[in-house]
Amino acid sequence: MKKVLVCSLLVLAMSASAFGAAFKVGGTGPLTGGAAIYGTAAMRGAQIAAEEINAMGGDIQFELRYEDDTHDAEKAVNAYNALKDWGMQVSLGSVTSKPAEATAAENFADRIFALTPSASSAAVTEGKDNVFQMCFVDPNQGSASAQYIGEKGFAKKVAVIWKNDDVYSKGIRDTFVEKAPSFGLEIVSETAFADGNDTDFSVQLTDAKEKGAELVFLPMYYQPASLILAQAQAMGYAPKWFGVDGMDGILTMEGFDKSLAEGVMLLTPFNADAKDERTQNFVKKYQEKYGEIPNQFAADGYDCVYAYYQALTQAKATPDMDAETLCQKMIEQFTTMTFNGVTGENVRWAKNGEVSKDPKGMVIKDGAYVGLD
Amino acid sequence: MTMRRLINLKRVEARRIYLTYAVVIVAYVICQVMSSTKFLSSSMRGMLVPICAYMVMAVSLNLVVGILGELSLGHAGFMSVGAFSGVAAAVLLQGIIPFAPVRLAVAMIVAAIFAAAAGFIIGIPVLRLKGDYLAIVTLAFGEIIKSILNNFYLGVDSGGLHFSMLADTTRLLPGGKLIIRGPMGISGIQKIATFPAGAILLFISLMIVFNLVNSRSGRAFMAIRDDRIAAESIGLDITKYKMMAFVTSAALAGAAGALFAMNYSTIVANKFDFNTSILILVFVVLGGQGNMLGGIIAAAVLTILPEKLRGFSEYRMLLYAIVLIVMMLATNNAEIKDFISRFNPFRRKEEANS
Repeated sequence: MKKVLVCSLLVLAMSASAFGAAFKVGGTGPLTGGAAIYGTAAMRGAQIAAEEINAMGGDIQFELRYEDDTHDAEKAVNAYNALKDWGMQVSLGSVTSKPAEATAAENFADRIFALTPSASSAAVTEGKDNVFQMCFVDPNQGSASAQYIGEKGFAKKVAVIWKNDDVYSKGIRDTFVEKAPSFGLEIVSETAFADGNDTDFSVQLTDAKEKGAELVFLPMYYQPASLILAQAQAMGYAPKWFGVDGMDGILTMEGFDKSLAEGVMLLTPFNADAKDERTQNFVKKYQEKYGEIPNQFAADGYDCVYAYYQALTQAKATPDMDAETLCQKMIEQFTTMTFNGVTGENVRWAKNGEVSKDPKGMVIKDGAYVGLD
Repeated sequence: MTMRRLINLKRVEARRIYLTYAVVIVAYVICQVMSSTKFLSSSMRGMLVPICAYMVMAVSLNLVVGILGELSLGHAGFMSVGAFSGVAAAVLLQGIIPFAPVRLAVAMIVAAIFAAAAGFIIGIPVLRLKGDYLAIVTLAFGEIIKSILNNFYLGVDSGGLHFSMLADTTRLLPGGKLIIRGPMGISGIQKIATFPAGAILLFISLMIVFNLVNSRSGRAFMAIRDDRIAAESIGLDITKYKMMAFVTSAALAGAAGALFAMNYSTIVANKFDFNTSILILVFVVLGGQGNMLGGIIAAAVLTILPEKLRGFSEYRMLLYAIVLIVMMLATNNAEIKDFISRFNPFRRKEEANS
């Protein structure tokens, strides 16, 4: 009897999945290794969105799959190929920049549409008509930061500490340094570090302190930033700190003393404290499921799936279409549609795949992100 | 000439060489047929070129570790020199040689020359050392190469080539193009590396290494490996022979690097770090030091393995490590070796002869 029941259930389950066919969405990201926090967050955000959409039971259903790329271009291409074998129809690209550059080239060659949640280097979309970004492109972050600091009058004398073997850090730093003078900022100290010497920042901090920098700009990921904050406090240096979206995640870092990040400002498109219903619903679900406040990467992942939902609905796409047909439809949709998500209102995409939305200034207060404006 | 030398060798040695060539050719033909009939999954097809590059790396490092008997921990450094110089050459030649396979070949030759030059320069101080000291210094040089490439900018415009260090001060004329962008590496590489090219490179590497090993110089390498003092006492110029092996190995690694880089649209110097050097060393050790075919097989297995373990998601790398430990133990276990050798048809005859 039991067997019969199990069998009939199985048959039911199978016929259900065959009947309610879903769009196969695949993405790669670092799920293990040093950058795992970004990949996992983007994946979780996308998963929540896919579950919500599937629960609505409409025509558009998603089957989401993420593969680990360990933040490495070679592994990312392997992961992308594994997804292709699985039958991916639309892609979420890769989470981090360099792997995304490699997979974007594959996306372009295979005519599989890609919308990356957070790969922000300009080279990701360059020359590819079917690769789009959900996040700001790095150079824009640099100029937006310079503009924000200048217009709000946070400081005149600015120090920059950047990682000179990192695409992300360099991309932001280059435009920041270029644009800073036009917003009345003077860069008094500019120091760099690299992989392998990223544990001791006394030289960089001493230089910034001696040259009298009132604000230190940190275009980097949160790991080195956490050390910089700790070491600055140890040497009694307390300038204003300004970070970019890579700083997001510092509060959920294991073993980090949150009081160190008190007063750190950062420019990010997502604010977990925002009062609108959409954001609050997302934050609540994320917290219930994973026990932490979602960061910007999670929000980007969440928005990507909803952007696909909107585009696929408008294009009247069906899951039996092949990747190339969908690619053409998605290009048409993404270049014309306006999207409202948790990382911004009235989000639009240019033909080259770059997104336009307003960055939000945030400050860390009492161990949480609070909007600056 | 070459053929006669090979045939005149002791039979065991000749057999091993021919077996290696035969396995490589058969494996290539099978993969090529499967790939062109779409029988191979995208995942496997995507790995063909990197596997070839890693195989060449294993062969070239085997020359230093297995034949010369010196531990090199900076082999990925030569791969990166080759990757960057090869890609730069390919970009510059784009207008001059429109035919991609020829451009790839030229790029690989340029890569080999640059890597050999790097090998020579590094070899001057390094090869005066021995044992652990040599290993540690090669490790340091691997890191130095990575740091230099991370801070190196190369651009081209109508005025010619421009390069700068630390920051981009190349000041290119309008219409100029920055090829190497320091930490951002090279972007937008034309993917001209192909599986047949990889297989040809592997075959050429094997021919070079086997011929070198079975020459007068090769015997000198092994004499140095087995007893440095005895070798010195019969008048062998140790540094010269070490340099010969080291530079050959670096050149092959450079060509492999160019092949590898041109299989991806982007390449950064950080890819060729200490971990990559160790990975290549693992191929050599797992395959058996001095055993070219073993190294080639190990390179293929260890590249495919993590992909085949994708089903285990987060536990993938843990399983990979466990499988690696088991394989290392198994290949070093006398009983298992004995069991495997039973399947070797030549073995019994050999034993009877001896």
